[in-house]
Order: sequence, then structure tokens, then C-alpha cells
Amino acid sequence: MSGMVEKTGKATWLIHLGLIIGIGIVCFPIYLAFIASSVTQAELVRPPMPLLPGDQLVENYSRALFSGINAPVWRMLVNSMVMALGIAIGKIIISLMSAFAIVYFRFPFRALFFWLIFMTLMLPVEVRIVPTYVVVANFGMLNSYTGLILPLIASATATFLFRQFYMTVPDELTEAARVDGASPMRFFLDILLPMSRTNIAALFVILFIYGWNQYLWPLLMTTEPEMNTIVMGIKQMFPSGDDLTDWPLIMATALLAMLPPVLVVIFMQRLFIKGLVDTEK
Amino acid sequence: MEKRVTFRGWRLPLILILPQAIITAVFFFWPAGQAIYQSAFIPDPFGLKSQFVGLGNFEYLFSDPYYLASFRTTAVFSILVTVVSMSVALWLALMADRIIKGTGTYRTLLIWPYAVAPAVAGVLWLFIFNPNVGIASWYLDQLGYDWNHKLNSGQAMGLVVLASSWGRISYNFLFFLAGLQAVPRSVIEAAAIDGAHFWKRFRTIIFPLLSPTTFFLLVVNVVYSFFETFGVIHTITSGGPQQATTILVYKVYADGFVGQDLGSSAAQSVVLLVVVGILTVVQFKFIERRVHY
Repeated sequence: MSGMVEKTGKATWLIHLGLIIGIGIVCFPIYLAFIASSVTQAELVRPPMPLLPGDQLVENYSRALFSGINAPVWRMLVNSMVMALGIAIGKIIISLMSAFAIVYFRFPFRALFFWLIFMTLMLPVEVRIVPTYVVVANFGMLNSYTGLILPLIASATATFLFRQFYMTVPDELTEAARVDGASPMRFFLDILLPMSRTNIAALFVILFIYGWNQYLWPLLMTTEPEMNTIVMGIKQMFPSGDDLTDWPLIMATALLAMLPPVLVVIFMQRLFIKGLVDTEK
Repeated sequence: MEKRVTFRGWRLPLILILPQAIITAVFFFWPAGQAIYQSAFIPDPFGLKSQFVGLGNFEYLFSDPYYLASFRTTAVFSILVTVVSMSVALWLALMADRIIKGTGTYRTLLIWPYAVAPAVAGVLWLFIFNPNVGIASWYLDQLGYDWNHKLNSGQAMGLVVLASSWGRISYNFLFFLAGLQAVPRSVIEAAAIDGAHFWKRFRTIIFPLLSPTTFFLLVVNVVYSFFETFGVIHTITSGGPQQATTILVYKVYADGFVGQDLGSSAAQSVVLLVVVGILTVVQFKFIERRVHY
């Protein structure tokens, strides 16, 4: 059917070639990072760097994971994992609850709450860093998981997503639940939650990547290397003075830093795309 | 839009909404209020008292050549990032849309850079263009072109634009591909029968039908380059050389945390609040329109 528009033979091959070149350009930085993480420092400081993998892969990665520079990288991976999971799960839980309240109840100040949550769409953390930092510091939450997670878990986006979804749930289900004498919480846990499964999963994928890739907030929050997340910890591995930069170690850390979110995108591609489209609506 | 059938009671919904309400109040509204309040004061050098100056911080800000330069830098930076990442993505999406088999495979290979954090992307490109060990700077040197983004502000801007656009290609590609696949085949084939070549079909049919996607991506990419590229700037240039890559968000951080100029930083936060407000309104206006397409 598409034969009429798609030219066969030569033209198609040109398109494939173009795409492969495009992918090559997009993937090239990662390939170089991989090579750099497999050779010795001495091989890198004499440019041009080698373009084929060396034999130092195990050595570099174990050096990064177990000793690192300021803190072992496994420690930063754990911190990032706690932060990403905390943000994703926390946001989903509080948003499921507040959307349920807003859609299924009429209570005093409902409109006010709705608008207060709505306005947070306009306040990314980058805009209010100094005062937010002061608030968290006054609570004594610097260098703690609570300080990393809590200020980032209020999200209008997730609340709106669930609100939209609840609006599409047929009223007959609510009526049936009420006739059967089910309490609101029963209805929420036994009917609404199971129906939201796909939405929750798609949102989880997006929020996990969002949480994992946070940079500015952990940079302010964590002054102890032991509490650094991996994404912000890489920059701290560059020497401040004239010391030689340990590129193999830094490149190994960079690859470790991108591995978890990249795996999530590749293996949960359908949920990822759904989440991306949902959250941008 | 309201539900017809609801539950009775007001205690339960208040309890359900409380966690989000408290977090929003403590970490959003209280700090935003603080920023607005502090923007009217200048703390003394010892931080013991502060003096009320009204709009003085703003007057000072808008007469500060560095701040005005930062506006210009932000504009140049976000326009370049938006144009570069969107045109590369459109080019790739057009090709991926034209082939019959393998679109899925190419999509998988092109979307994963979305997951790479801006700060990590910054470190990768810093390595490639490092004046001492970088492979790109070495080849440029062989060609007789001297690369040092630590000294040359144009090169510094080029590098942060490159690193910021790279991670953004995936996102734009996904939305462009979805937009292209929604263009009815029959329309394109009718044009093909009438003898319209690819370029003509693109200009007269595909691009106009794609315009909702393009507008949407324009807004989203500008927002991205305003706020989410902090990691790229911080890892590659730290705003330098001579503040040539100091975008507004980086300046709030640099003045507030590095320079400890709290009054000015608070005033800058308020200015950014206004900018975000405008961008959000534009985004909503546009999305409202998008429904009619």
C-alpha cells in the first residue's frame, strides 16, 4: 500500500543509511565513554584516544565502585536509588490520595486546595532554591534522605493525571459501590486503584527517571560525600587544583550513572512512551 | 467537569488531601513567599539585620549589566538548543516515518538518551572537547583550529548548546514521529499521484499538519532550556568564561550560594517566578488550542 509513496530499492537504502548515521552520531559519545572506561589513564592523556576497548574494564569499574574518589560509587548508587524510588513512590501515593479527595468528595475549601496544588506547576525548584534550602536547613534535614525526597514529592502533574483518569471512571461503579454499602476507602482500594494500574506504572517510569536525574537539589542538600547521589557526585570527582583528572574512573562512573534509567526506558518502552505523553498533556 | 456521584463526609477527604497540602505549603508557598519578602531587603554584611529597600533590589538588578547580559545569554542559549534539537529530531523522524520495516528498532535506538541526565551528558561532552585529552579538540587542532572552551566564550556556548541539545533529540523525535504517523497516508499518496515530490509534499502537506506538534515542542523545549539545563552549565563551564554561559537559573544559584548575595538572589527568584508564570500561561493557552486541531 505504501509502495506508491515509498520508493523501493536505492531510495530506501539511502534512508536506512541516513538513520544509521543519525544513530551513530547520537550514540557516539556513549561509545567514547565506554572506551575511556576500559583503558588506562596513560593511554588517554596522549591524544588521540584509542577507539577500541582496552583491557582495564574490570579494574576501572571495581576501582570506581569500591573506592571512588570522595566516596565509593556503590554508595552513591544506593543514595540515588533511594532518592529516585522515594520521589516516584511518594509522589504517586500523595497524588492518588489528593486526586481521590478532589474528584469524589465535596468538602470545605475544595476549590482552594485545588488551586493551591495547581499553582505549584509554576514553581520548579530551580526558581526558589535559596529559600527552600533555608527551610530544609532549619528542619535539620541537610544530608538526609528526607531532605532529598520530601521537597520534591509535591507534584501537580501527577495529581492532575489521576484526576483526569478518575473523571473517566463510570459513575455506575461508584453508585454500585454505594448501594452495596462499601465505604469510600473500600471503593478507592478495591476498585479505583486496580483500575489505575497502567497509569501508575507509566507515571512511575517517568518519575523514577526524573528523580534519578535530579542535580541541583542534591548538590545543595548533600555536603557529605557519603550522601552524594551519583548524578551530582560525578562533578565532585574532578580535581579542584592542577591534579590530573582521573578520566577512566569518571567515565566508568558516568556509565554507571546512566545505566539504571536507560535500562528502564529500554525495557519499559511502552509504559515510558505512555507516561511521557500523559504527563505532557 | 464534575462528578455526579460523590461520597458524603468532609473529614476523610481533608485527611486524604493533607499530606500534599502540607508539603506544598512548607516547600512551595513558604519559600516562594520568603523570596518575595527577602527581595525587598538588603542584609547587612554580618547578616544580623536587614534594611528595607522596597524595589531597590529590582532597580539595582535591571541596571546591572551582568544581569541584563544573562537575559541575552539565556535567550541565545534557549533558541539555539530548541532549533538544533528540534531540527535534528525532525530530520530523523522524517526518515524513520518513511521506511516500512524497522521503525520500532530505530525508535528504540534513538529514545534511550532521554534517560541520560543533563549533568551526565555534560560530563560526556566535556570529555570529548577537553582541550588536553578530548578527541574532538585534538582533531580540530590537527585541522588548524584552536579549541579551548575555557577561554573562548563562543566555543563555550557552542559546547553547552551541543550537550543540552543532544539529550533532547530523543524527546523531540518521539513526538515528531507520533505526529508524522498521525498524518493520513491517503492525503500523502494523493499528492504523490499528482506528482508532488518529497520536498513539496513536506512543505505543503506534512509540515502544516505537523504544526500543532511543532508549537507544542517549541514551548516545551524553551522551558527545558530555561530550567533543566543547569546540570550541563554547572559541569561544563560553571557559567564562564566571563559569565558567557551564565543563564538566569545559573545566576540565581551563583549569586545566592556562591556569592551569598541573598537580596539580589531573592529578587532574581521573583523575576524567574514571573517568567515561569508567563511560560505556563503560554503553554496552557496553546494546549487549549491543541484540542481544537
